[in-house]
Amino acid sequence: MTTPAIDVRSVSKQFAGVRALDGVSLELNSGEVHALVGENGAGKSTLIKLITGVYRPDAGEVRYLGEPVAFARPRDAQAAGISTIYQEVNLVPLRSVASNLFLGREPTNRLGLIDYRSMHRAARETLSRYGISVDVRRPLGELGLGVQQMIAVARALSTEARVVIMDEPTSSLEPREVDLLAGVVDTLRRERVAVLYVTHKLDEVFRFCERVTVLRDGRRAHTGPVAGTTRLRLVATMLGRDIDDVREHGATTFTDEHRSVAGEPTLRAVGLSRRPYLDDVTVDVHAGEVVGLAGLLGSGRTETAKAMFGADPVDSGSVSVDGRTRRRWSPAAAIRNGVGMIPEDRKAEGVIAELSVRDNIVLAALPRLTTAGFLSDRRQADLVDTFVKRLRIKVASTDQKVRELSGGNQQKVLLARMLCLHPKVLILDEPTRGVDVGAKAEIQSLIDELAEQGLGVVLISSELEEVVEGADRVLVLRDGAVVATLRGDDVSEERVMRAIAVASDEAAAEPSTTDAPAPEDPHA
Amino acid sequence: MLDTLRRRRNRADVLRFLQVGGVYVATALILAFNLLFTPNFATLANLRLQLVQVAPVAIVAIGMALVIATEGIDLSVGSTMAISAALLPLYIGYGVWPAIAVALLAGVAVGAVNGSLVAFAGMQPIIATLGVLVAGRGLALVFANGRLTELFDPTLDSLGNDSVLGVPISVLLVLAVAVIAGVVVRRAAFGRQLLAVGGNRAAASLAGLPVKRTLVAVYVVSGVLAAAAGVLSTARQGASDPSFVGLLIELSAITAVVVGGTPLSGGRVRILGTLTGALLMQLITATVIQQNLPDSTARMIQAAIIVAAVYVQRGRSRA
Amino acid sequence: MTTTPEVIAAPARRRLTIRGRRWRPDRAGAPIVLALVVIGGSLVFGDSFASAQNFGNIALDSSYLLLIAIGMTFVIISGGIDLSVGSLLALAGVLTAYGARWGSVAAIVLPLLVCAAFGLVNGLLIARARIAPFIVTLAALLFARGLAFAVADEGNTVYIIPADLTLTRLGQARWLGLHAPVWLALLAFGVGVLVLNRTRFGQAVFAVGDNQEAAELMGLPVARVRLLVYVASAVLAGIAGVLVAAQTQSGLPTIGEGRELEAIAAVVIGGTLLSGGAGSLSGTLAGVLLLKVIQNLINQVGTLTAYYQQVVSGIFLIVVVLIQSRLARRRLR
Repeated sequence: MTTPAIDVRSVSKQFAGVRALDGVSLELNSGEVHALVGENGAGKSTLIKLITGVYRPDAGEVRYLGEPVAFARPRDAQAAGISTIYQEVNLVPLRSVASNLFLGREPTNRLGLIDYRSMHRAARETLSRYGISVDVRRPLGELGLGVQQMIAVARALSTEARVVIMDEPTSSLEPREVDLLAGVVDTLRRERVAVLYVTHKLDEVFRFCERVTVLRDGRRAHTGPVAGTTRLRLVATMLGRDIDDVREHGATTFTDEHRSVAGEPTLRAVGLSRRPYLDDVTVDVHAGEVVGLAGLLGSGRTETAKAMFGADPVDSGSVSVDGRTRRRWSPAAAIRNGVGMIPEDRKAEGVIAELSVRDNIVLAALPRLTTAGFLSDRRQADLVDTFVKRLRIKVASTDQKVRELSGGNQQKVLLARMLCLHPKVLILDEPTRGVDVGAKAEIQSLIDELAEQGLGVVLISSELEEVVEGADRVLVLRDGAVVATLRGDDVSEERVMRAIAVASDEAAAEPSTTDAPAPEDPHA
Repeated sequence: MLDTLRRRRNRADVLRFLQVGGVYVATALILAFNLLFTPNFATLANLRLQLVQVAPVAIVAIGMALVIATEGIDLSVGSTMAISAALLPLYIGYGVWPAIAVALLAGVAVGAVNGSLVAFAGMQPIIATLGVLVAGRGLALVFANGRLTELFDPTLDSLGNDSVLGVPISVLLVLAVAVIAGVVVRRAAFGRQLLAVGGNRAAASLAGLPVKRTLVAVYVVSGVLAAAAGVLSTARQGASDPSFVGLLIELSAITAVVVGGTPLSGGRVRILGTLTGALLMQLITATVIQQNLPDSTARMIQAAIIVAAVYVQRGRSRA
Repeated sequence: MTTTPEVIAAPARRRLTIRGRRWRPDRAGAPIVLALVVIGGSLVFGDSFASAQNFGNIALDSSYLLLIAIGMTFVIISGGIDLSVGSLLALAGVLTAYGARWGSVAAIVLPLLVCAAFGLVNGLLIARARIAPFIVTLAALLFARGLAFAVADEGNTVYIIPADLTLTRLGQARWLGLHAPVWLALLAFGVGVLVLNRTRFGQAVFAVGDNQEAAELMGLPVARVRLLVYVASAVLAGIAGVLVAAQTQSGLPTIGEGRELEAIAAVVIGGTLLSGGAGSLSGTLAGVLLLKVIQNLINQVGTLTAYYQQVVSGIFLIVVVLIQSRLARRRLR
């Protein structure tokens, strides 16, 4: 039996009382593409960080090529031959494409100075092997996310890696780019590289991988050949539910019926445009309706949400609530008019980590709790208690700092913040991202409940089944424009993916619009 | 394993205590040292002297603490002091209180400029207030023609030098400002907005808080307090000296704030800690003088304390 | 590799194009303004401004600031800031004068070693102990100033450097009409440009300031880079201090007050982003010259007191940075 390239033996990792991983084992063999799946919070990223040296295990060990290793930093793991492609493009956007490819490894001339000409040439060659043709002197940040992701792949693979870990590599890739990636994975397999493929898109598991390991709540729930399982079985294992139950009711806890609503929309966002992110997007939300926004990473869903909420300015377009158009739209104005939003990145834009749970919840309601500039303790406490109970937020006390809460509870705090304003429309951007299975189910049921009570909901999620099962109507976005609207029975994952694919093909068929000539060489 | 966890928790507790209470411990230590080793330290006259000397810095530091809580900084406070000091003799002909009002209004104006640059023009506070620092000091000197002007006003003199019930008026002023600041931070909506803006500006904006208004307001507060400190300083000296008043006070203020436990990253304020930090720095200087140590030693000790204070603090944000 | 469909990575959006810019206004800004100011000054003041002697004075004045600003550029590009350089300048000056009794070598080595030590401590506290650069270098500012006074006996002793020392002769020499400090500053500039733009270290400095976590994940020696920039900044300030001492033949602990702020201003005016990740030394050079030329012009007016000079400097800094950020913001969209 050959030694596995990576042998994870019973590792455990704890963070401030939360068990992220509990006795997890995994074997990754050379020349094998091994899928790692699991819900958010199941422990996938923690496991990767343990392998690559970002964290150290509290118990258990990691063996690389037969030898136990304990990398002190990611750099050491890289040098040893473990290359990682992250979900977020971890590159430096202000530097050029070529710089990003070669950072730390720039080709030098005899004097030890960087040889830009050969670096640019090598960069063009490398990228052409990935079918990418771009001006390598351009700042990386000016390119689309999909291309950036492919460049990250190219960089990760330019070292002599024995193990490649891919974390959600296709989240921003269009179907054509995914095909490219398939070719890359094939090449790696042929070259006997071990590939750990982390994804929540189960279609990719069956398309690319030989073996699959399922994590649930920090433990290994299943491992085995891909051929020996089905999509349904994997979903059931990931969720810890009965197969028949999943088959009946779907992967989420959303109710099965799709509501259809009539009448005037509560919120109308018309013709929202903002170069280069949004192109004439129109969204209507009726009372009691759940409108889903589907699309790839970078397709403009979050930008749409922010424009609807007034958080980002628009070049043109308008938002009206209950028929009245506001001229100067801002989050404060949106809130006053009954629109609430939970942002995509709760750490960066949602919770205020150092403030207490109570302070976070009442934050948006401050104007209503203030008399003569001073806050009423009692009214605050009443409001907070009501919503902590209603949303079942697990806290030791409402004075606790919000950063001590789990992801799911933090998300509930944000929900409470908006709900205590009794909004008419709620925009939810990735409401279950980074939330454990239990809280996820609770939040999904809550969304249903709110819609039943007449709230209009805009739901954005990169988990397609969440959008498909939760929404009554789905708008498919690509490159900042709405390319399809799906209703009723048409709402399905295949239809959404097809809509995106069709739009990509159409765009590819257009004559390519060349841009302004390259900017001056920054290194001249 | 349980043992290491217990040891880790104990260390965390000690660290947390130091972060919150470190400045108080240090101040207590230095007070004890002086009580034991410095003759004439425990006299009422000496205590009064120390408190009066630290009053201007304390007032400025409270304003600085509020600005720092919004993740900003105000380097212009010394120049604002100079401007207010320079304006006093020009307007004292209209009466003491009108003159003081003008000086405070100047503080409002400077603060409004700072706040607008930060909030509306999106400038980094360090650069914006740096520009105002340079321009402001020059403006003060222009107003005063670079000269020191003596002021002979009984009201002003008593403001700076008299006491009520044994407590110097300047100290009462510090206490009043501190109490008001403490109440505002704890109980007023503005205080909550301030902490939210400093804790996570994007989140505050998305929650509908008036971020720009809050930022302008906090710099105005800092400006007014600096102007007040300028008035106080002038009152004490009996002379307006725009070349020297408030020189380098921004350093002392920032030091007091940081040592007192308010993080530079914003989101939290410790008013009492700031006051104690200012007192600690003052005591270090006083101790050094009275122990006949060279003045440079005071600076070096202060530098070491700053680093220690922040080092201890930084563990907290990691936890 | 098997034939793969081609992905033409044109601008981000097919239907919405990003206007590519061929010219970077935020970087070109400072040199253009400088040129305009110099031309304007020559027209208005004629020979009293546009003479070889005056330009020579401006150059000499600028050379100390340039040395400090070069180090500051590296530090700011890496995402940090260094407030201690003014005090280090003074400390180096005092140590130079102090060490002169043992000869030129000691007079140069002592201050540079001490400054390097300061830079090392700054760097360690910032890169390893992860304390905010503002605070660390603020403390260093205080400590170095205190040390300078301590060595100079609280300012009571002023060490004099004898005129016949090699250090003095070299420091006050002129070649091709330019003073020694100017040559040294230009040399440092040249080396700096080479290091920043043509070495892996320089690229790493940019990357660390651009996105530190990504730089870490990309395998760059982030802590080492962050540490070294502070050492460089401190040593350059030390060199400037040695030169000042050689020029004035004395070591005063009171000099250098506010130089760090001046350097930051020059760097920012030159187009380097205060948030890190982008910038250039040529911009810094332009920024330094611009500041000094403006100071010189204000002096030319004569009737304007030094106080107005300050007001103008302050307003000028604000206006220039405002314009920078406006242009930069438009570019990033």
